[in-house]
Amino acid sequence: MNKTVNQKAWFFVAPVLILVAFNAIVPLMTVVNYSVQETFGDNVFFWAGLRWFEEILRSPRFHDALGRQLFFTGTILAIEIPLGVIIALAMPRKGPWVSVCLVLMAMPLLIPWNVVGAMWNIFGLPELGLLGKTLNMIGFDYNYTRQPGDAWFTLILMDVWHWTSLVVLLAYAGLVSIPDAYYQAARIDGASSWAIFRYIQLPKMKRVLTIAVLLRFMDSFNIYTEPSVLTGGGPGNSTTLLSLDLVKIALGQFDLGPAAAMSLIYFLVILLFSWIFYTVMTRGEEQ
Amino acid sequence: MARAKWLIPTIYIIFLMLPIYWLVSMSFKTTNEILGSFTLWPQNFTLENYRTIFTDPTWYTGYINSIIYVTINTVLSVTVALPAAYAFSRYRFLGDKHLFFWLLTNRMAPAAVFALPFFQLYSAIGIFDTHLAVALAHTLFNVPLAVWILEGFMSGVPKQLDETAYVDGYSFPAFFVKIFIPTIAAGVGVAAFFCFMFSWVELLLAKTLTAVAAKPIAATMTKTASSSGYELGLLAAAGTLTIIPGAIVIYFVRNYIAKGFALGRV
Repeated sequence: MNKTVNQKAWFFVAPVLILVAFNAIVPLMTVVNYSVQETFGDNVFFWAGLRWFEEILRSPRFHDALGRQLFFTGTILAIEIPLGVIIALAMPRKGPWVSVCLVLMAMPLLIPWNVVGAMWNIFGLPELGLLGKTLNMIGFDYNYTRQPGDAWFTLILMDVWHWTSLVVLLAYAGLVSIPDAYYQAARIDGASSWAIFRYIQLPKMKRVLTIAVLLRFMDSFNIYTEPSVLTGGGPGNSTTLLSLDLVKIALGQFDLGPAAAMSLIYFLVILLFSWIFYTVMTRGEEQ
Repeated sequence: MARAKWLIPTIYIIFLMLPIYWLVSMSFKTTNEILGSFTLWPQNFTLENYRTIFTDPTWYTGYINSIIYVTINTVLSVTVALPAAYAFSRYRFLGDKHLFFWLLTNRMAPAAVFALPFFQLYSAIGIFDTHLAVALAHTLFNVPLAVWILEGFMSGVPKQLDETAYVDGYSFPAFFVKIFIPTIAAGVGVAAFFCFMFSWVELLLAKTLTAVAAKPIAATMTKTASSSGYELGLLAAAGTLTIIPGAIVIYFVRNYIAKGFALGRV
């Protein structure tokens, strides 16, 4: 669309700007402030320079949390994206079942995150939960509160349950935008179903899938509530992801300096990926 | 091949429904049944858990608090986002692209980073433990979301509509309220739905910014889970009740859900 240059448009944007600036800039400056100071309580602060940043970047604790975070994000992406595409391809394109599928699949997305955690907590209990009891009955020694491997299995299964539908919905939206004529042309040419997928469906889904990958990447990087209710980061520290560790340091131990430095490092990672996301989003519009 | 195709979505939906079924079925069981024996469906069907929630003020005020701040947040977010989205979709102005990107970064910001500074900021201005505090905090990610979604919908409306209205003698406010907003009513609905949803599912900020007076249902639940040990039936009933609002509204936006998650860009 041809946009006209109009500086008065700033008046339309002003309310949003004021509201978000109040909520984003003031807290962010507080964080920056803490990140370069040291305190022993009683509101006495000393200049600490970049000490906290160096400490965080060198601390094994941060490396471990970051490593676990990357492992978690990598695993859920590797499962959710292909699975979402497969389900979207198998969904009906028209008829009454479309609505039924869409509504039922979107259900997990609307459940409060702590309820998702609590639900899986109950579902996985070795003695009382359907999942835990079934796994133990067929011979697995499953207990997610004691064994780190089981905790990870439950955590990843929960995220797959919670968010695969997002990938399905986006991929499906890409699929239904393909005109019937494309398929007819493919049939006349005698294309195999793999060829149809590779040369018609996949290119059409490319943009929505990029969006899905980036959204899942960023949201899984921010995940806090579900693992905190499900495992609380345990057993031990085995499922303590970045957010969980940050909240432990900031609100649990009240180590403001290191927590703030960690927040800023965390925020920079997110900022980088937001920028990639933005570029992808807006590039598609200019075409 | 084509015949077995329906199996994949069916299996997936069954997988989605199993944990939900377990939660709902547990909410109709007595504590004795939950702890005493493993049963696939309630043997002694009871509504006792729901009765407790609807008669005990610590429980039902949680729901009321959640609904109040979610409503304030939705109205506030959509109201300020409407003119801004219009500006982004129709005009070019100094710094527009930077501003649009900056808004997005707030949608992506981890709540854990903001929890403590929000607590201090809102305590300092004296709105800690009010519905307004939670509603304001949630605008951090809901306003950018609403702006992006609405901009996506507005860009689909041809500019001729605006120009014709001005030729017909409409002033800008009259045009905006009487013609433009009805035209993108679907977009407003979707934006409102997503604000409602993200405010409803968020807990970290809502819990940090409240103590007693505005405590959300989700926080009451986590506290019950940790303090009273094994009142699982009660917990399950409370959880079941939080699923209902989403399940009701989802039907109305089913065809736009993908568009909303892609921030109006599908």
